[in-house]
Amino acid sequence: MNRPLTKNFQSLGPPLSLAEYEKAGGYQAMRRALTAMEPGQVTALVNAANLRGRGGAGFPTARKWSFVPMGKDAPRPRYLTVNADEMEPAAFKDRVLLEGDPHQLIEGIIIAAFAIQAEIAYIFIRQCYTTAFRRLNTAIAEAYAKGYLGRNILGTDFHLALHLHESAGRYICGEETALLNALEGRRPVPRAKPPFPPVIGLWGKPTVTNNAETICNVPHIIQNGPDWYRALSLTPDGGTKIYGVSGKVVKPGAWELPLGVSMREVIEEHAGGLRPEVKLRAVLPGGASTALLPPDHLDIKMDFNSMQAAGSRLGTGTLVVIDDKTCIVGLVLNLLNFFARESCGWCTPCREGLPWIVKLLKAIENGDGRPEDLTRLKEQPRLMAPGHTFCPLAPGAMEPLQSALTYFEDDFKRHIQEKRCPWK
Amino acid sequence: MEITETVSIHIDGKPYQAQTGRNLLEACLALGFDVPHFCWHPALGSVGACRQCAVKRFRDENDQGGEIIMACMTPVTPGLRISIHDPEVLRFRAAVIEWLMINHPHDCPVCDEGGECHLQDMTVMTGHTRREYRFRKRTHRNQYLGPFIHHEMNRCIQCYRCVRFYRNIAGGRDLNVFGAHDHVYFGRHQDGVLESEFSGNLVEICPTGTFTDKTQKAHNTRIWDLQTAPSICVHCGLGCNTLPGERYGQLRRVRNRYHHEINGYFLCDRGRFGYEFVNSDKRLRTPLYRPERNIAQREMRLEELFQQAVLRLKNPGTIMGIGSPRASLEANYALRSLVGPENFYAGVTADEHALLELARTILTQGPARAVSVQEAARSDAVLVLGEDLTQTAPLLALALGGLGYQKAVAQARKVQLPAWDDAAVRQFGQEAKPALFIATPQPTRLDQAARTCVRAAPHEIAALGLAVQAELSKDSAAAPEAPEALAPDIAQALAKSERPLIVTGTSLGSPAMVQAAADIARALCRLGKSVGLICCVPECNSMGLALLQAKNLSAAFQKASEGRVDTVIVLENDLYRRAPAQAVDAFLQKAGAVMVLDHLRTPTSLKADMVIPVATFAQTSGTLVNNEGRAQRFHAVFPADETIPEAFRLLVELKQAAFGQGRPHLRPVLEDQRLELSRAFPVFSGLAEPLPSLAQPAPGGKVPRQSMGYSGRTAIHAAVSVHEPKPPHDPDAPLAFSMEGYEGQPPPELITHYHAPGWNSVQALLKYQSIAGGPLKGGSYGRRLFLQAPAAQSDFFEKLPPAIDLKAAERLLVPLHHLFGSEELSMAAPAVAQLAPLPYLALNPEDPLAEEGREVLLTVAEQTLCLKVKVMPGLCRGVAGLPMGLAGIPVVALPAQVVLTKGDAT
Repeated sequence: MNRPLTKNFQSLGPPLSLAEYEKAGGYQAMRRALTAMEPGQVTALVNAANLRGRGGAGFPTARKWSFVPMGKDAPRPRYLTVNADEMEPAAFKDRVLLEGDPHQLIEGIIIAAFAIQAEIAYIFIRQCYTTAFRRLNTAIAEAYAKGYLGRNILGTDFHLALHLHESAGRYICGEETALLNALEGRRPVPRAKPPFPPVIGLWGKPTVTNNAETICNVPHIIQNGPDWYRALSLTPDGGTKIYGVSGKVVKPGAWELPLGVSMREVIEEHAGGLRPEVKLRAVLPGGASTALLPPDHLDIKMDFNSMQAAGSRLGTGTLVVIDDKTCIVGLVLNLLNFFARESCGWCTPCREGLPWIVKLLKAIENGDGRPEDLTRLKEQPRLMAPGHTFCPLAPGAMEPLQSALTYFEDDFKRHIQEKRCPWK
Repeated sequence: MEITETVSIHIDGKPYQAQTGRNLLEACLALGFDVPHFCWHPALGSVGACRQCAVKRFRDENDQGGEIIMACMTPVTPGLRISIHDPEVLRFRAAVIEWLMINHPHDCPVCDEGGECHLQDMTVMTGHTRREYRFRKRTHRNQYLGPFIHHEMNRCIQCYRCVRFYRNIAGGRDLNVFGAHDHVYFGRHQDGVLESEFSGNLVEICPTGTFTDKTQKAHNTRIWDLQTAPSICVHCGLGCNTLPGERYGQLRRVRNRYHHEINGYFLCDRGRFGYEFVNSDKRLRTPLYRPERNIAQREMRLEELFQQAVLRLKNPGTIMGIGSPRASLEANYALRSLVGPENFYAGVTADEHALLELARTILTQGPARAVSVQEAARSDAVLVLGEDLTQTAPLLALALGGLGYQKAVAQARKVQLPAWDDAAVRQFGQEAKPALFIATPQPTRLDQAARTCVRAAPHEIAALGLAVQAELSKDSAAAPEAPEALAPDIAQALAKSERPLIVTGTSLGSPAMVQAAADIARALCRLGKSVGLICCVPECNSMGLALLQAKNLSAAFQKASEGRVDTVIVLENDLYRRAPAQAVDAFLQKAGAVMVLDHLRTPTSLKADMVIPVATFAQTSGTLVNNEGRAQRFHAVFPADETIPEAFRLLVELKQAAFGQGRPHLRPVLEDQRLELSRAFPVFSGLAEPLPSLAQPAPGGKVPRQSMGYSGRTAIHAAVSVHEPKPPHDPDAPLAFSMEGYEGQPPPELITHYHAPGWNSVQALLKYQSIAGGPLKGGSYGRRLFLQAPAAQSDFFEKLPPAIDLKAAERLLVPLHHLFGSEELSMAAPAVAQLAPLPYLALNPEDPLAEEGREVLLTVAEQTLCLKVKVMPGLCRGVAGLPMGLAGIPVVALPAQVVLTKGDAT
């Protein structure tokens, strides 16, 4: 089985240096793109490969690139920003790639920047990813020294400056437009769309923001072609995906698997199934802002469309397995506490609504819940639906709440009736 | 310009017409729908933060579900189908209020905003009535923000308007938002006086009581008990429109009165907080008299003093009248009538008078047009010659500070980004640098908005101006020998622009500079440009006084020194602020008797033989002419006290009594003064036209000065009588000292407060506009006295100022102006006085004497001053700055060459 993203991973020690990466076939895709292709051809290849954004929304990558105004009169400079601010609770798939093969990311950045003719790129990295930060810093320095970054890369008239920017550490910075504000040194408050960043982005200039995992796929598409890339996947969307599992399983971890494997396969084959003392109660399939799914959904394929059809989202592809010894109310409280804390404070529903939900959940969990609290909780996902809030943070926070209320309403009722947490 | 078209949209199933280029919220409000909102403001645009203006949008007529959208972030497009009253969106809007109310303290009974609170209005509008949140509220610590603004952070609903105004519009840096999630905090990094000169606008921008007027708070009043009338700010020459409020014979606050062409939504802090001179203990409240020079003044009843004055006036001999740039046209004219035109003198020195005459000539003769503040804001290339606008004409500084944003708006339009999409426009155009050039001796607060700043002495600024003019008209003979390096850049930017503007003023005391400004404007006119010209003048009626074409104060001194003056009447003027003390002393000594009519105790009134206290602007009506030549009426906010007459009326009565002229059986009225004035001077012919409701009394009578909620009108005097007193008659204004009268929206000039059903806050203003942020319904007001400049090909002045040769120990002493400190009246307001600097002498850091706090001696106009040095980085070299108007700084004619020496060892 082909595992292009992780093929260079070292089981121990630092990742491949630039020389080793090149020896393993690295930077060939960059060479091909910069010397033998037009920017539009690169985008066309990525388009043919059906690469969809790995940040969670699954937006077709080549389409995003195509929104950037090109041509002589187009605004300059243009920017590529790489979102490596992986702060979604339970997500760690970008970290694996950043630490495991930094040159793969840098090569992807050079090719993607070439495709949109950006001259400046930023990697916006999560604050506590210190190992990844160090490794990327080293790799970037190597790439500059080798002339793969900077002026006239490979003797062409393409220039690219790449900066590594460490986030100040708020979840909202991972939101595409808040990330841009953060980079500009402003409060990381999301921006309204339209205008979309590919047209008006960083410092008012065209900017594409791609997830780190997305970018890592790009060299392989250029190198091996879109047909090969699509064939990696079990779905029409191309490629492999880093899936991860956390929770009370035998072997938590992350694996590169074909896009579209089932949850059952990931949990049972790769994570070794649940520990013997517990039973599966639910799955949080793609990080904290995706809807809980009960065990009867295990055979659903983990790809963008199938997960959506099942009422959840692929999200980051990092599963959280929830067992029968875990209180669902407590779980939701924990998640909502995170979202309430990480609200940027810009729009009313998120800023004021999430803390209220947290207080209600806390009351229920502590045995102070009232029957009318449940009515109020049930109304919240409707009030904080997408579009009602300024950005997707609060609607994302509603996903675990709403699904918990759908599948596990009895748990809430028991808390209220028994005036205590039955799991404590 | 933006191209808009009228399109059809559907609101709750009915078709309406709306303008494209606007957002849906503006369109709904303009159509009269009550759509609640917080973060949107006509002057701030949309950012979509509060989520209060949610409406439902439908794809087409078959769409039953629809989706909730924010009206403020949705452009008006043809065929748009929305619902404002859909149950789901009603619930959502109520939920937004419910969320905002979670932490709001509900302290309306003790909140100064109560009764005019946008949050109260919106809460009622959404129908949220029942509180279901049962947990603790989060609380904040409040900050000390200075003498103007009271901070009550717990009331905050996080609409972000304050920081958007303060940082984006006022250019302030020291107010920001801190923290995140439900702990965002709006304040300074630590307690301290807000730095912005426009901080007072926070009071009106804030939709609730987070930022309130500290002076109003100290007066302890409920806003519905304020009696208000349309007024004009008396603290600079721009003529901003204000709404002062009175209770119990005291002015208790000043609010902005929207004028689409002048101040728009904003006032400066001097204009807003300077009002307390009206309540000051420096007010003259009793008539004073001394029969002989060498005895002390003693109190006297007004009737008696009036008779003494009449006797004095009946003496044979010359009566001289000294007018004032801070008194109304009518009062000045009444004085002129009393003493005769030949004996009427403008109360300003020869130098200032010459400058004002020059300004008048330039603006009346053209060819450049005098433009308003808001027109200045739409300029695309501006050259400021000599004025530190933030200190001398603050609202103009505020307007020009927005030029960068205007440029961003223009650029954004090219990529179909609508002007109302505030955050996106600012993102997109954040690198837009406006063609704003500033040439002053000292750094100014407006510099941060400018493309290029030049630091130069006044004569060098004039030379720069001439160089620009020469650059614009290459054939001109007066091209200076050494062309200024920057002149080509400036000239090119002006020549390239569509709406160039030249700003200058009298504050540096340099006629050559004002002439140079006029020359540039003229050169641009010859290039076929529609050029605007603004000449800032120091006081609220400086331009009006200049139009009365009187002689100057120096001539009065001269005449008195010839011993030909029997009585001098000084109207609302402190001569010691105009001329050197020895000159004034000598003048007052020479005059047979000195009669002072003023509202403040001044050094001049202390030397007078007769002192008659007169009403301030708050208790009389009149007309003021601002720097652009716009005559504007102000109306008494509350009736004049019986013992403190209105100046114009007193002067007419004196004339009637002394000379038996006029209509002694009738009480003099303002309208007669205006009529006479309009006959005497062609430039004032427009003033003969009476106010709309005086010409045609409206049904229901005069416009009430008191609100519908005015309470306790009988209780005020209950200790005397339980009967309701008859409202005082006001013969001068179409306004009543009453809560009854004309109902509905009065003509725009006569709006006494903003109110509409359901809208009690200042936000109700949008109900008086056909579109939010646009002109008031009923059109513009205030009569432009010299609107149309003749197209005559007048000649250039082309007067190169004489070069100044500074000797080693010499500096060129130039005047510096302070918003808080340089103006006479506002310094009697404690809050303003608190922020005034102590006297100092500003020196460039490279000056050999530049050491902070060192005492230096300088001799100027035969006076020796000892001042502490203030090191001012950026001050032009070879220049020393003297702050004008501060206590301890004498009146001297500047610029002047002075010798500086170290003070005695201290």
